[in-house]
Amino acid sequence: MIATVMFYLLGAVALGATGLAIIQRNPVYAVIYLVKSIFALALIFYLLGAPLVAALQVIVYAGAIMVLFLFVIMMLEITPTSATQCTAPGWAQWSPVLLLALTLVTLTLLLIGLDPLASEGVPRWHASPRDFGYALFKEYALAVKIISFQLSFAAVGAFHVGMTERRRAQLEDES
Amino acid sequence: MIVPLEHLLILATLLFAMGLGCVLVRRNLIMILIGVEIMINSVGLVLIGASAFWQQVDGQIMVLILMAITAAEVAIGLALVVYLHQQKKSIDVGIFDEMRG
Repeated sequence: MIATVMFYLLGAVALGATGLAIIQRNPVYAVIYLVKSIFALALIFYLLGAPLVAALQVIVYAGAIMVLFLFVIMMLEITPTSATQCTAPGWAQWSPVLLLALTLVTLTLLLIGLDPLASEGVPRWHASPRDFGYALFKEYALAVKIISFQLSFAAVGAFHVGMTERRRAQLEDES
Repeated sequence: MIVPLEHLLILATLLFAMGLGCVLVRRNLIMILIGVEIMINSVGLVLIGASAFWQQVDGQIMVLILMAITAAEVAIGLALVVYLHQQKKSIDVGIFDEMRG
């Protein structure tokens, strides 16, 4: 029961954070709101019986991919010039952030304190790490290999695209 | 299953529509990539929901593969953004119009 209520609250938080993310002028704010939406989605994943994917959602999406976005935004210095004036943020800036952050913190505390997975007597279905690992490395072993190939292709591609003209000429001279 | 599958699909559809709107409306390349991220996230939500609905672990493995693909896509996409910024000193999609026929 409480898990159902939490699902709808977290869904509202995810929708609100995503909506705020796509209307921001400054991409840095958009990334921050998207991180909040990803946290809400990770809690939804946990409620739906995917604890490992929920953890990976926070680690991979919020921890790696969004930080990569922030790196590139700051490297290119593309934030609008109006945002560089450091005026004190008013209630218009604080209220959506506070609302979303408070909802997320409350729901996380509820998740820890009430343990909805066991509150109905019988624990609901969830993928145990054992089942997950067995399926991943036994039934989907080929997919894991293909994905690792793909990641290395992506690394090579990103290196090639990101090479500067000077470095490219340098490499051609050497060969 | 804590909620009906339909409600989960509605939530994922709304998220997907937001991401699609972001891709179509915004002219900043970074915001377009963020829109793609939102769409991929909503697809992941559908996969996890299907996994919980049929109580099979396969959907969660699909999400894991989706994450790896997203990481690759973002790495190449952001490298391309940096490259385009080096070429034109701007990431507004309106100025990349050499290919109009």
